Amino acid sequence: MEKITIKKRPRFEAVVTQRKFFKKTARGKVIKVLRERYLRDDVSCGIQSCIACQSHLQPTLPVAGVSHPLFPNGHFILPDTNVFLSQMDLVESTLFLPPIILLQTVMEEVRHRSLPLYNRLKALTKMDEKKIWVFYNEYRSETAIIREENETPNDRNDRGIRKATEWYNSHLKVTRPPIRGQAPPKVPTVVLMTEDAANRQIAEKSGIPVISVRKYVESMPEADKLLDLLSAAGSDEIEPTKAAGARQPLYPEYLPTAMLAAGIKAGELHQGHFNANQYNYLEGSVSVPAFSKPVLLIGRENMNRSVSGDIVVVEVFSEKEWKAPGDEVVDQDTTLKNDDVEASGDEGDESDNDEVKARETRLIRSEHATPVAEKQPTGRVVGIIKRNWRAYVCHIDSGSLTSQNTTFLAQQTVFATPVSRLLPRIRLRTRQAPTLIGQKILVTIDRWDVNSRYPEGHFVRALGKVESKEAEQESLLLEFDVPYRPFGKAILDCLPPEGEQWVVPPKSDTHPAWKEREDLRQLLVCSIDPPGCQDIDDALHARPLPNGNIEAGVHIADVSHFVHADTPMDKEASDRGTTVYLVDKRIDMLPSLLGTNLCSLRPFVERLAFSAIWELTSDAEIVNVRFTKSVIASKAAFTYEEAQIRKDDRNQQDDLTKSIRLLNTLAIKLKAKRMKAGALNLASPEVKIHLDSSESSEPIDVEQKELRETNSLVEEFMLLANISVAQKIQETFPQTAVLRRHLPPPKTNFEKLQDILMKRRGIKLDVSSSGALADSLDKCVDPTEPAFNTLVRIMATRCMLSAEYFCSGSVPRDTFGHYGLASPIYTHFTSPIRRYADVLAHRQLAASIGYAPLHPSLHSKSHVERVMDVINRRHRMAQMAGRASVEFYVGLALKARNEREAKGGVKEEAFVIRVFRNGLSVFVSKLGVEGLVMFKRDVKFDAENYTITVPGPSGEVTISVFDKVMINIEVEKDKNTQRGKVKMALVSPVDSSGL
Amino acid sequence: MGSRVEISNEGGYRSDGRRQFELRDITINLAQQGQADGSAIITHGLTQVLVSVFGPREAKLRSQTIHDRASINVEVNVAAFSTGERRRRGRGDKRVLEIGATIKSTFEPVVQTMLYPRTQIDVYITVLQQDGGLLQACINGTTLALMNAGIPMLDFVCAVTGGVHSTSPMLDLTTLEENDVPHVTVATMPRTGKVALVTMETRLHVDRFEEIFRLAGEAGKVLHREMKGAVMARTSTLATAMGRQRSVDKDGDEQMHE
Repeated sequence: MEKITIKKRPRFEAVVTQRKFFKKTARGKVIKVLRERYLRDDVSCGIQSCIACQSHLQPTLPVAGVSHPLFPNGHFILPDTNVFLSQMDLVESTLFLPPIILLQTVMEEVRHRSLPLYNRLKALTKMDEKKIWVFYNEYRSETAIIREENETPNDRNDRGIRKATEWYNSHLKVTRPPIRGQAPPKVPTVVLMTEDAANRQIAEKSGIPVISVRKYVESMPEADKLLDLLSAAGSDEIEPTKAAGARQPLYPEYLPTAMLAAGIKAGELHQGHFNANQYNYLEGSVSVPAFSKPVLLIGRENMNRSVSGDIVVVEVFSEKEWKAPGDEVVDQDTTLKNDDVEASGDEGDESDNDEVKARETRLIRSEHATPVAEKQPTGRVVGIIKRNWRAYVCHIDSGSLTSQNTTFLAQQTVFATPVSRLLPRIRLRTRQAPTLIGQKILVTIDRWDVNSRYPEGHFVRALGKVESKEAEQESLLLEFDVPYRPFGKAILDCLPPEGEQWVVPPKSDTHPAWKEREDLRQLLVCSIDPPGCQDIDDALHARPLPNGNIEAGVHIADVSHFVHADTPMDKEASDRGTTVYLVDKRIDMLPSLLGTNLCSLRPFVERLAFSAIWELTSDAEIVNVRFTKSVIASKAAFTYEEAQIRKDDRNQQDDLTKSIRLLNTLAIKLKAKRMKAGALNLASPEVKIHLDSSESSEPIDVEQKELRETNSLVEEFMLLANISVAQKIQETFPQTAVLRRHLPPPKTNFEKLQDILMKRRGIKLDVSSSGALADSLDKCVDPTEPAFNTLVRIMATRCMLSAEYFCSGSVPRDTFGHYGLASPIYTHFTSPIRRYADVLAHRQLAASIGYAPLHPSLHSKSHVERVMDVINRRHRMAQMAGRASVEFYVGLALKARNEREAKGGVKEEAFVIRVFRNGLSVFVSKLGVEGLVMFKRDVKFDAENYTITVPGPSGEVTISVFDKVMINIEVEKDKNTQRGKVKMALVSPVDSSGL
Repeated sequence: MGSRVEISNEGGYRSDGRRQFELRDITINLAQQGQADGSAIITHGLTQVLVSVFGPREAKLRSQTIHDRASINVEVNVAAFSTGERRRRGRGDKRVLEIGATIKSTFEPVVQTMLYPRTQIDVYITVLQQDGGLLQACINGTTLALMNAGIPMLDFVCAVTGGVHSTSPMLDLTTLEENDVPHVTVATMPRTGKVALVTMETRLHVDRFEEIFRLAGEAGKVLHREMKGAVMARTSTLATAMGRQRSVDKDGDEQMHE
């Protein structure tokens, strides 16, 4: 225990120890604020074995510093704020490892300027290999300064940073006094690193060692690699651009922030997230609360330098200028193929620019008479509230290179094309361009000026060769922001020390693991999972009771026994949110020791579990339910297929098989009840990738997933468990229960689908309730085409909102319902190994049955809300990453098939799901992929009836939505960007290759 | 957008440079203030209160006299300039009345009222500056002023505010911290170890309460040393001054009047 003391603050020092400033409130009132500050002498310098400083934290800076060609005696660097603001990628690089002194002043300034950068900086300080020490200079009496009269806050901070550097240097000298008879000790230098030339001058004048980032990096051994990481912004030593000022701006300037705020308040401007259109790079939209339809932004000028994900402010035009969204596919790569990098940036040749401009205007203007109903509010971006720029996975566009010779090392400006179709091309300068061709690289955007058509960025690092599995995998993870670094030491330290050898301790009343735990080891429990499943988190049992009822139990791995709140492991899990499944890799939420061993309910071993046990009547009515922590010993682990075979085999009459049959009969009744209540049977394209062998992971083929009765068995009991748990925790913690809901979709979402179905098939879709929708979806059948129903279901699913986690206290009680499952309340409880929400539900359930007190953080609504936001986002990203991974493998499989089969590509059946003026969007149900068929020539397009008419060899052929067509699928590489592209072409009814 | 000030940073420092268990600077001034029988100005950091005690004296109103003991009357006045934003708080302000009532009930069992039947002891508290821990300053100030007035008491009453930020407890909160952190004010009698007051306006988890309660008790003992030192110093000045027979005190800030 630390001692309680009174910190004395001499009154005569009040000038230094009190801070006075004026603050303006939201109402415009000016308030005087007085704060005190306690200066101390025990703030540690962080250098190991420093004789003058003691610290309760382990000092991280090496005694002698690190040597550098410019500082033979060893050195530490002390960067100022701008270094972190503009050169974060450099600092984060694993090649950049000098010991860094991070001042409190710098930390706070970064925090004020950019929260994401601050979070990255904080993460950096925790990394073991980076030697970073945070020095609280504002609290140390020697280095604390006060703002002088007429000094800007910026100047004050700069002065503070210089003062700290000065102090460090003298501190090092004082603590290493020369000893008589020995050579004078080598005193390392503390170097101020700054990009600000004025600051450097002042520092040099007062004899403080100072250096610019560029100069420092240039003399490092890995200079050529690190130099590329330097951001373009702020590097004042880059040769000035030629005649940059004389160029005509391509984009309108943004309005000042104050004007934006006033405009939003007055309702004249609107704020929202910018969504780029994936079919047309010249179109974007912003959803704002003021209009039911999103605001359409057409053309470069109107999108005004917004990048997908930015929070922008838009101005809406008057209603007669409103337009309908374009019905054409406009591809950035083809339109802008010949745009010259240099021309689009600095050394502009006006004629060139005009050409691009003219081409783009042509594309936008193709305005045909559109019905008024389809018109959407249209507007333009007038300002940016927040940029959400991150690092993007890109390819270098080989067409933009001046020389592809790998020995050509001059700096050149090139285009990087992002993998995501939603992003614009990025201009960057690099010396490594020739070697980067054919690689996936990571690029961040630095700025986007009014007179540059494309944003400017810098190269971060190379991920590897295109289509190599490692590069593709890592790029997927980066693109969807999945945290995939291996678990750190602090996290692994939270695991039980026995490691793999951990077993359930022998039963005793005194052992904490057995406290209030039921012994269910004798029960005939088994688990049913997909083949190859390693993280088994659920197991089931059922047995008849003497009174004629049936006892059914769901046993879930007791993860909360190992993962305690407020430990590093818990923090990491809450940040990861979910386990991400890619086709050939799993990125775990919890260390694999827990996921695949200690928590996995493997057969024949004892495991801790959290059990929900029901007494059900033979009609599957719940008589009662109880929850308990337990110890189980699973008797078998089946795959769905094995369980199905065992159940159907009349010769098997053992107790385990009987209990599976019992579970199955209950599940059938449960499902019938659920369907009666109006649950939806939704469909999403799910395919399975066959891998050659586990080592090579060459995909051989793709097939659709098969669903068995036993899948439904497990699903029904998991739903039952989730619903029962949701009721229980909501009752006990009405303010902070972790629940999951699925809001009913707004009626307008279905309008288009209803219209298509009505016009094309004469089918009416009733969307008044989930039950009505379920019924009318059942009626959407085409006797000649069994896949039609699935297609409609897929399209209906796309009209719905996605389910989300929420905190029960933050939304009204009547919006708790789960639309898809038609359940009034729902949560996730059954997969704590792979979902963090389930871990929280476990903790809350344990508290509600009085097993353990609830951690205080779970009593705080704001904390739960924050966690929910994170896991909702992670969940969405994980789904998208999984889908993208499947898509990549489908592509590989197609390529393999193409090579095996005769040339001409793979032919498959597909359904038309959308028609454009110049193409079709089709869905290949067998492969679960969606693709575009483009026509070069104009075809007759009827937007009202969703049809296009194409000239064929024997007269004109009309193709409409829902039609079945034959297509030819090829995978081809874009010659410039090396981006793998699935190319589809119509084979029948018309061969589109000539169109 | 949440507050951009961190309550407690990675290095373990609070927003004003203190660590978890460090109390703010305390100054105590027990000099004579006007007509009062005993007075004290106490400063905890940037919170400052002036307490003046009158009595025991005859009760002004007959209805207020109690036949077997003295009645304690507490009036709190918050100066309009005590916070950054000028704001008048009238006599009838509910918060101010509540502080008064709390102090009254805290001191009734501590002051030996039965020694002065049918009298009244008036405690006037003026809040000069506010920066968190208002109740603690008022209670500590009242203890000192009562002692200074020579009113017999069973023990010192020392109050400290304790709070908890996520899971780490901290003591003596500033306004900034009080706004963000659940807190509890504990007044203890250090010699006997009894607790005179526990009050809490925010929600605090039960598991944390015990720890903070204990810590605040410990901190009370630290404060006790400080307060006792101030009282001793004042008494010794007075005693030497009396010995010297009406000689002028060196400090000049206090003079003996018989």
